Amino acid sequence: MTTKAKAAIIGPGNIGTDLLMKCQRSDFIEATWMVGIEDSAGIQRARTLGLQTTTDGVDGLVAGFLENPVDFVFDATSAYVHAENSRKVTALGATMIDLTPAAIGPFCIPPVNLQALLDRGPTQNVNMVTCGGQATIPMVAAVSRVQSVSYAEIVATVASKSVGMGTRDNIDEFTRTTSSAIEKIGGADEGKAIIVINPAEPPLVMRDTIHCLTKEVPNETDIRASIAAMVTEVQRYVPGYRLKNAPIVDGHRVTVSVEVEGLGDFLPKYAGNLDIMTAAGLRTAEMMAQRRQSARTRL
Amino acid sequence: MNFKGRNITLHDMCLRDGMHPKQHQITVDEMVDIAGALDAAGVPLIEVTHGDGLGGASVNYGFPAASDETYLRAVVERVEHSAISALLLPGIGTVDHLRMAADCGVKTIRVATHCTEANVSRQHINLSRDLGLDTVGFLMMAHMVSEDALVEQALLMESYGANCIYCTDSAGYMLPQDVTDRIALLKKRLKSDTEIGFHGHHNLAMGVANSLAAIAAGANRIDGSAAGLGAGAGNTPLEAMAAVLERMGAVTGIDIFKLADAAEDHVLPIMDEPVRLSRDALVLGYAGAYSSFLLFAKRAQDKYGVPSHEILLEMARRKTVGGQEDLIEEIAIEMAAQTR
Repeated sequence: MTTKAKAAIIGPGNIGTDLLMKCQRSDFIEATWMVGIEDSAGIQRARTLGLQTTTDGVDGLVAGFLENPVDFVFDATSAYVHAENSRKVTALGATMIDLTPAAIGPFCIPPVNLQALLDRGPTQNVNMVTCGGQATIPMVAAVSRVQSVSYAEIVATVASKSVGMGTRDNIDEFTRTTSSAIEKIGGADEGKAIIVINPAEPPLVMRDTIHCLTKEVPNETDIRASIAAMVTEVQRYVPGYRLKNAPIVDGHRVTVSVEVEGLGDFLPKYAGNLDIMTAAGLRTAEMMAQRRQSARTRL
Repeated sequence: MNFKGRNITLHDMCLRDGMHPKQHQITVDEMVDIAGALDAAGVPLIEVTHGDGLGGASVNYGFPAASDETYLRAVVERVEHSAISALLLPGIGTVDHLRMAADCGVKTIRVATHCTEANVSRQHINLSRDLGLDTVGFLMMAHMVSEDALVEQALLMESYGANCIYCTDSAGYMLPQDVTDRIALLKKRLKSDTEIGFHGHHNLAMGVANSLAAIAAGANRIDGSAAGLGAGAGNTPLEAMAAVLERMGAVTGIDIFKLADAAEDHVLPIMDEPVRLSRDALVLGYAGAYSSFLLFAKRAQDKYGVPSHEILLEMARRKTVGGQEDLIEEIAIEMAAQTR
């Protein structure tokens, strides 16, 4: 019998609550804290589910940490406050999983570089890039591991209702962080990210287009196989991740389209952009917890 | 309608919206030449950017013949009287692009969002205002919402610091009454010193008529394009607009004959094909699809053998918004598979 690693969630909004629902099913992670700044519906829900709650923000977590420590802290607030949250949490020895685009720690796209991050040893803070990054960078990496990609560009089209004020207040952060991760994790020499918000009703399911320009003529057979394998990897934590085309190969351009439907835990199914963030965040914590568990077992 | 003595600012689009039919391939020399001719005609404001705004250079929308910065520096250098504006779509361009444009000498920044998504424009409008620029909030595809919903979004942009708000008929779908309703409510609800603008497309040949309706309801900035060069069936033909306004007694500061020369001798020669009210453009205006989808649908027609106007109808049916060009190829592939 293995004991689950304990986790706190900062930010009891839609993302934090969806993450909590996912934690309820996890074999490796148990959410024990919900941290907010007011007695919101999300705080009340967490309390009902038996979590310790605080409305004093990260300071409340710090104050109660000795009595009820955690291994992981998920930050589902905003890039503006993340730095302070991270500083306080990592000082206590917990690992920060950053769901904001603050990007203090190394980027983490689970099927692409989580294994490498784990191999590097303990990490204080990992950043989950952006929703668009989680949905598209696996496809960039699937092409770039076959052959060199000089330029990759992603277009994320998301339902208006799935874009919160954090993202809207600083939409440039989405563009910058995603572009940077397309290069650093996706393996493209140059990256560009575009986000399009559509208010149609019923809300559309997140849709992403990934354009890669390869240096040599695309090896279509290998690229197809690589993409198919990567889709399977992503589907392990986001079952509604679907390839929409063959991909299209036109000269040196390889274009892949995917649709991301969420599990509908707390967030609606169309909000695959948010679901893939919470699912990727949880998967990262689970893999880290498993690694620590097996390290302890060996001792 | 009597516009006697009213000052109307006409804003030329041929070097920005006109980039769409040119697949963003207008050369720097052509830009400088056309801007010079518009400047000589007394056009007060000329927009120069990638068709999809600053930072629009992409696989998705097309790579331009030169960078935004190269175009802007060359045109700003050339004009004597005209001010230069740049368009920015949050989600595509960023505040870094905005700073670059300001550094190039751009005097007007137009921050464009879909008509329901104004709250993504706060940081860009804030910065533009802080830089002391003429700051415009540009609400695209404005036919898709009621005048009440449009005003709520306009108020947001005004609160961020926009000194001018546009009702933008990106699909060329609106009829004069639609324009009147929207502009009249904007006029009523926005601050008295906030300017109101209208940007038309000529897909139902309503460019001039709609612009007149806008002026009658309180707008004082009107977009048009020399020789109509713009997406879809083009923008409101600027020389016709200027001539009509002069006949109605409004003051634009434009020399009609010089503007006609600019259109005929400078803009027309660079057109790849005549900008006209084609079947595809008609469908854009009739069904309400984003005008710059036109050439993408045509290319998809050539590649997949699906009629471009059918693709555009489907784009309208799916309630797509500006920027969703990437869906066109996917729809064409789906339609081709169905017909097989």
